[in-house]
Amino acid sequence: MSRVEEVIAARKAAGSGALVGYLPAGFPDLQTSIEAAVALAENGVDVIEFGLPYSDPVMDGVVIQAATQKALSNGFRLKHGIEAVAAITSRVDVPVLVMTYWNPVVQFGVDRFADELLAAGGAGMITPDLVPDEARDWLAASDRTGLDRVFLAAPSSSAPRLHQAVEKSRGFVYAVSTMGITGARADVDTAARSLVGRLRTAGATSTCVGIGISTPEQVREVFEYADGAIVGSLLVKALADGGVDAVAKAAAHLATAK
Amino acid sequence: MPLRDEVGPYFGEYGGRFVPESLIAALDELDAAYQAARVDPVFQAELAQLHATYTGRPSIITEVPRFAEHAGGARIILKREDLNHTGSHKINNVLGQALVAKRLGKTRLIAETGAGQHGVATATAAALFGMECVVYMGEVDTERQALNVARMRLLGATVIPVISGSRTLKDAINEALRDWVANVDTTHYLLGTVAGPAPFPVMVRDFHKIIGDEAREQVLALTGKLPDAVTACVGGGSNAMGIFHAFLDDADVALYGYEAAGEGHLTKRHAATLTRGRPGVLHGTRSYLLQDEDGQTVESHSISAGLDYPGIGPEHAWLHDIGRATYLPITDDEAMQAMRLLSLTEGIIPAIESAHALAGTIKLGKELGPDAVILVNLSGRGDKDMETAGKYFDILDTEALEAEISEPAPDGARGDNA
Ligand SMILES: Cc1ncc(COP(=O)(O)O)c(C=O)c1O
Repeated sequence: MSRVEEVIAARKAAGSGALVGYLPAGFPDLQTSIEAAVALAENGVDVIEFGLPYSDPVMDGVVIQAATQKALSNGFRLKHGIEAVAAITSRVDVPVLVMTYWNPVVQFGVDRFADELLAAGGAGMITPDLVPDEARDWLAASDRTGLDRVFLAAPSSSAPRLHQAVEKSRGFVYAVSTMGITGARADVDTAARSLVGRLRTAGATSTCVGIGISTPEQVREVFEYADGAIVGSLLVKALADGGVDAVAKAAAHLATAK
Repeated sequence: MPLRDEVGPYFGEYGGRFVPESLIAALDELDAAYQAARVDPVFQAELAQLHATYTGRPSIITEVPRFAEHAGGARIILKREDLNHTGSHKINNVLGQALVAKRLGKTRLIAETGAGQHGVATATAAALFGMECVVYMGEVDTERQALNVARMRLLGATVIPVISGSRTLKDAINEALRDWVANVDTTHYLLGTVAGPAPFPVMVRDFHKIIGDEAREQVLALTGKLPDAVTACVGGGSNAMGIFHAFLDDADVALYGYEAAGEGHLTKRHAATLTRGRPGVLHGTRSYLLQDEDGQTVESHSISAGLDYPGIGPEHAWLHDIGRATYLPITDDEAMQAMRLLSLTEGIIPAIESAHALAGTIKLGKELGPDAVILVNLSGRGDKDMETAGKYFDILDTEALEAEISEPAPDGARGDNA
């Protein structure tokens, strides 16, 4: 079992679920993004999803777009993202998964990226625009390094594709709650519940639901049927509006659902 | 295997599907519908009928001897896609995809647009088929192509100015992809060029193949032989693939794609993707793109909105790598001078995009000499570019225009006592 799987399994064994918190690297600046990630870990977040800013983030809504665009215009570089992962993992025990669009990894070199991420204490990678069908290099690099690889599953995915996502993922399978992009929503789709059911049928033992989750009530609801809940835009907005203190409060509030 | 038989999803190491999982089902569905339509005589007849009675196909060819005098005396023949309904080649692909969308039961078309030509064509098809239409257009482009924004709105489309990123075509594609992820049940994303995830590069190419198929016959009939070279401008690459395809396996026909070099391909302000870019992943496909060391997309620049794109279709990347086609940069100024030259010598005002092909052809003609026959894809007409050209050549009587707008109508035109 990978560390992420262990953490999720432990939360499940405790009769609850894992809280996964997303924040982008370099927003509002690199040091603050490190402090904010540490604050997540210290306020009940079980797994950190650390996003690497990218110029063309097609899966992201306006809140995350604005934050990552700011990071890029501040001069964010990929190497800073890896340095930040090292800084976070040296201070807290919570596993850190990097969320990144695919082209930056390709240009960095898939193997080099895997090696440096591993050396920085990173747990693995979530790849929103890389499906297993196109992931040959990453499958090899993650097998070699033992890094987790989190692929997405969507309400629109066919049964064979869900099977593939379960089979190829390690850490967890990212169940996309709704057909859409990141951003808070009033209701987390009923589609999520049925998707997780279909993933279970496909053999999934570690499934986290993401997209649109922003309240402890929604987190609790997700824990009824899934193994973890992923919260992003709400935390990014807290950081944008109120800094690290606000992130800490927001995380602690979400963690009341655990 | 003949080069013409390449049907993707990969062209050499290029192509594929680098998209969120949420879109895979829609791409599969689209691919299945397209594969069925491709071999369905009913579909083909329907499209042919539309082209005959609506697009205005076949488009003619025009030999341009007075222009050719400035191009080394070579015989220059234009394929007149500018004469198509809506003013460019874009309609070929749009009608094809709209028919596929109809077969899929989609009621809403979305599109990205740069110059606005693809947006206008999509809005046109939506009006024709009674579908809802939303067009994403970078805010920068809505300003430089304001006339086309008005055209789209008149055709009933909603135009959404995109204010993220560089506010140009690449960001419009991002926004369209985001819309598609959220509305894929009812919506077809009518992508406007030979880029994007499979099956778009092949499907869009196939809908434009008619350009080269017609032109090959027409040039043969006119000159008794195949041309020595075929030229086209390259943004995403759809008009170029359309005219190249028929000639891919004619080894004696040289193929030239002209990229936008903006202020110069050695400056920071250009859109010369194959000249200055390197392979990577953008907008769902692996191809060449303009990017920094970290793989962040670099903003492109061209005076022509339709070529202002930092990527290029995967089939072009492949043709470039295997040496079958040659891609060369053309600056803003070279294109603008060619635009003026064709206007002055032949009475044909080309789109600034197409003027890149003309500028390249002038150089090529001088190289090949008077015995050469060059077929040029005149992908669009220049009406949409009159403001840009007016400013560029300082021939817009802006003072008179402003005076007309700011001052009340002359005495008596509208009586005070009426
Ligand atoms: C007239 C014209 N030519 C060419 C292009 C460039 O597109 P492509 O390279 O796909 O032909 C455009 C795009 O808007 C256009 O309007």
